[in-house]
Amino acid sequence: MAKAKDSVSRTIMVALVLSIFFSVVVSTAAVTLRPAQIKNQNLDIKSNILSAAGMLEPGASADEIENTFERFDVRLVDLDTGKYVEPATVGVEDPMKYDMYKAASDPDLSTNIPSSEDKAGIKRRPNVAKIYTLSENGELTRVVLPVHGYGLWSTLYGFMSLEGDLNTIEGLGFYSHAETPGLGGEVDNPRWKQQWVGKELYAENPTEPQIRLVKGGVSADARNKEHKIDALSGATLTSRGVQQLVNYWMGDRGFAPFLKNLREGEV
Amino acid sequence: MAGESAKQVLFEPIFSNNPIALQILGICSALAVTTSMSVSIVMSLAVIAVTGFSSLAVSLVRTQIPGSIRIIVQMTIIASLVIVVDQVLKAYAYEISKQLSVFVGLIITNCIVMGRAEGFAMNNTPGMSFLDGIGNGLGYSIILLFVAFFRELLGAGSLFGVTLLSPVNEGGWYVTNGLLLLPPSAFFIIGLAIWALRTWKPEQVEEEDFKMSAHKVKEAF
Repeated sequence: MAKAKDSVSRTIMVALVLSIFFSVVVSTAAVTLRPAQIKNQNLDIKSNILSAAGMLEPGASADEIENTFERFDVRLVDLDTGKYVEPATVGVEDPMKYDMYKAASDPDLSTNIPSSEDKAGIKRRPNVAKIYTLSENGELTRVVLPVHGYGLWSTLYGFMSLEGDLNTIEGLGFYSHAETPGLGGEVDNPRWKQQWVGKELYAENPTEPQIRLVKGGVSADARNKEHKIDALSGATLTSRGVQQLVNYWMGDRGFAPFLKNLREGEV
Repeated sequence: MAGESAKQVLFEPIFSNNPIALQILGICSALAVTTSMSVSIVMSLAVIAVTGFSSLAVSLVRTQIPGSIRIIVQMTIIASLVIVVDQVLKAYAYEISKQLSVFVGLIITNCIVMGRAEGFAMNNTPGMSFLDGIGNGLGYSIILLFVAFFRELLGAGSLFGVTLLSPVNEGGWYVTNGLLLLPPSAFFIIGLAIWALRTWKPEQVEEEDFKMSAHKVKEAF
């Protein structure tokens, strides 16, 4: 018995049967659960967008999130020209299916950022970005723009939401990062995020965002306080990363050309 | 091993033969996933499911497994189960699976699972092996929850995400202990737990490897 069990043919046989059996188990699980997983991922992105726009009710159900999100228009923007492009130019039918972070690693869909300009530390930038606009009664009220950049340990991915004047900040939120819990991780703190609401991106020049994260708090009579945010304590590098990534994405290499066109109604 | 009752097999690993506290296995994930109670509970359930069913599966085919490939057979079984658990979490507990990130996948390398498969399931009946797997999973869970309780309460001032001690940076009075949110703090808590457990059950203290002999002064002249 023991000898038969350990023979070469028997060993190969057992290995083969076992591999086939478990590949069937694993593939079945992966295929049958796929739709539920995709739904979760989409819902997650949508709730992040709503959260940046300050439109996410705590404890909102999946249907409520879907319904609120329905009111947004999903558009693709060429970052260099600042104009809307058709989804077909990036090879998708539905703009919702376009993944700008995947595109950033595709040489045909992205450009290298020279290191002197790479303030956000992202190395490559997709040519086309996916943005979300909300119009009420034919008037633009909100624009949600994706932003990302390097902090201390990780790339922070988030959304910045602007009011209809395309200058006042409605909110900033990060949905993915791995900064130090309790220090840099406080970018998720609702009280800290609250500071961003109502701040202004630009002064006179609409291509140079003026956001500064300053140490020691922003007093009520501080100069340029409409551009200043109290930095996170104990997280100098995360704070610097956030400042750089906001200014990069709202600058002329990011969304500034698009915002200018939008302001002038020429998209 | 043969004479053990089902009850013993199920409950021994919880305090008397705890996989983390006595065997010091599975420490890495205990450091990583214990920042909050809800994450720890999901991780615990995942580990219980994997240890239980992998022991069951290994035991079912134990007479067929050729000795030369037995470890890789066990690995295949464990890895497949872990992938299934990971897929289920992504489909039905997406928020938590995002927080657990790679640690669900790393259950494959959790020494407890492999240790029980090789140490117990290879020589015992499927029913007993299943109970042994569940029991060891429970032993792992109890330490995980113990650590998470202190880390979440003192580190973030909350339990299961419900604020109990309102933290200063949200306008309250409690100064949160940032160290407890970082992995090294779990070492301290696990260490204290082992100390407490061995004070309660002194038979778990290992015998000393060697004894210092008493200091003797030898006169040179």
